[in-house]
Amino acid sequence: MDKLDIVKSKATVIFKDNIDTDILIPKNYLKSTKRTGFADALFAPWRYDETGKPIEDFPLNQTANQGNQILIAGENFGCGSSREHAAWALQDFGFKVVIAGSYSPIFYMNYLNNLKLPLILGRAEREALIEQNSEITVNLIDKTVTAGNLCFSFAIENVYREKLLKGQDGIEEILEYIDLIEEHERKYAK
Amino acid sequence: MQKTLFDKIWEKHVIVTKDDKDLLYIDLHLIHEVTSPQAFEGLRLKNRKLRRPDRTFATMDHNTPTIAAHRDVISDPLSAEQLKSLADNCAEFGVTLFDMESQYNGIVHMIGPELGLSLPGKTIVCGDSHTATHGALGALAFGIGTSEVEDVFATQCMWQTKPKNMGVKIVGKLSDNVFAKDIILKLIADNGVSFGTGYAIEYYGETIENMSIEERLSLCNMSIEGGAKFGMIKPDQKTLDYIEGRLYTPKGEDFEKFKESISDLYTDDESLFDKIITLDVTDLKPQVSYGTNPSMTVDIDQEFPEIKSPEDQTAYQYMGLKPGMKAADIPIDFVFIGSCTNGRINDLRIAAEVMQGKKIADNITCVIVPGSMQVLQQAEQEGLVDVFEEAGCEMRMPGCSYCLAMNEDRVAPETHCASTSNRNFEGRQGERSRTHLMSPYLAAKTAIEGRISLG
Repeated sequence: MDKLDIVKSKATVIFKDNIDTDILIPKNYLKSTKRTGFADALFAPWRYDETGKPIEDFPLNQTANQGNQILIAGENFGCGSSREHAAWALQDFGFKVVIAGSYSPIFYMNYLNNLKLPLILGRAEREALIEQNSEITVNLIDKTVTAGNLCFSFAIENVYREKLLKGQDGIEEILEYIDLIEEHERKYAK
Repeated sequence: MQKTLFDKIWEKHVIVTKDDKDLLYIDLHLIHEVTSPQAFEGLRLKNRKLRRPDRTFATMDHNTPTIAAHRDVISDPLSAEQLKSLADNCAEFGVTLFDMESQYNGIVHMIGPELGLSLPGKTIVCGDSHTATHGALGALAFGIGTSEVEDVFATQCMWQTKPKNMGVKIVGKLSDNVFAKDIILKLIADNGVSFGTGYAIEYYGETIENMSIEERLSLCNMSIEGGAKFGMIKPDQKTLDYIEGRLYTPKGEDFEKFKESISDLYTDDESLFDKIITLDVTDLKPQVSYGTNPSMTVDIDQEFPEIKSPEDQTAYQYMGLKPGMKAADIPIDFVFIGSCTNGRINDLRIAAEVMQGKKIADNITCVIVPGSMQVLQQAEQEGLVDVFEEAGCEMRMPGCSYCLAMNEDRVAPETHCASTSNRNFEGRQGERSRTHLMSPYLAAKTAIEGRISLG
């Protein structure tokens, strides 16, 4: 998988709190046994009308937003079901970074595990970015978000920052400690 | 050093600490058909083995039809393929599968406790957000994504950042018509859908001590609805009585040893919690959700609140309801009793007691979906199934069913459903369906009365 260090893009804005994973990708798209092919499913309940036609003014459907790699949302993003399909759908659609006020803990890990950045910024900062409406640069190396004359720094656990910067395979990283795992199993888990 | 219950179990399972994350050893991995296929595929692509098939157990639940307990009746080819793929994967990697025909089949959070797989002191994961259910037995149990499922397949370990500890203290005696479901809905109504984010919750206090294991499972089940990945209760005599003699519970001398090994599983002092929330349930009333997330919940006789945000506005619009209305004003047409929250034998007993000798109202369709084959069998033996059928309910085979509507079980558009499940999100029970979360007691009353009412 590709590493993530700097992302430059305009942002698509769906500035709502508690966007749950049933909205990000409803259950009828969860029957696949693949990790890809979910781009059309992203936000399906809000994105299409009852006949399946795209709703023109929904942000994902607006011409000006095509190709955006950053999504700005509200608080508690990705709450509800643990389905990683939500992270895969965001990734397939092209979003490498979500900027929200907070995340559901399961979604947060799912997005990171696909080497995408769940970035946390306060409400005022997000509002300023939305107001500015220009290209945003997310720089994971120095942990900043800049747009025009705006510049905000953000926090992220060091280990996850490193994981994204290196594009690390999770299993390889665990297997470095195989001796310790075997020792634990000898003691406690025969 | 004094520790919380959560910290004690966590620390016993840390293989190594790297900066701000710990590598945790996982004792039990439960899987189902929806969140595992990509993880199995990942193993195949890298030519990796599944490290501990003896600690991995599979069931079919999310996609399974409830009209019959075998895969031949599935009309949707994608569902059939996903279930077959689980069977094939389990055979290839040597994982025990409780297929639809198995007497032990059921919703993943039902079968862990039922079979004695979920035990105090264990670390338990599953690719499902309601995994905290198993925490009711004093286990450290949490929901994970598919990448993490693959990590655990390959290494029996996964990285986690240790959350903070929150104590949720429940005091007071519950009224006869109020249950664990009402407690968790009230906690979320008062504190919001993300009060537990970043925390592991331990529920404690006199109300919890007096609560049955089944009710404790319902309570812990919905921790994620309050934002907490972990919810747990310290094991006590009730826990030991519950687990003893189950299929996979250690037997004889091993059980005595096991009991000894968990004798220190309690929080040494409540001052160790980073945060404490207290709820006195003495005057708690039955709870009903009116909106599109579980915090949009009121007492049964309380008016729905004013619109304070665009989110409230959207929720009222979606639900076809207005501020100032009450639960009794909701035009209920459908009642669902089941799910990993309330599909246990005690839930069916409560519902059957309400329905005994009565008929459901003419406007109501009521479907009862036991959480597992074992629950169904027990319900048959106790005559509960007869009560439901005589009342005019439809009795189904086990599965997640109407809780997430992934199979054919869907609530029709704009239909209001009184539901014992855990989520009232937009479209959760079917496209444009309208969910009202409540206890099995109130759902059964609603079926009889034809509207949300204690009768």
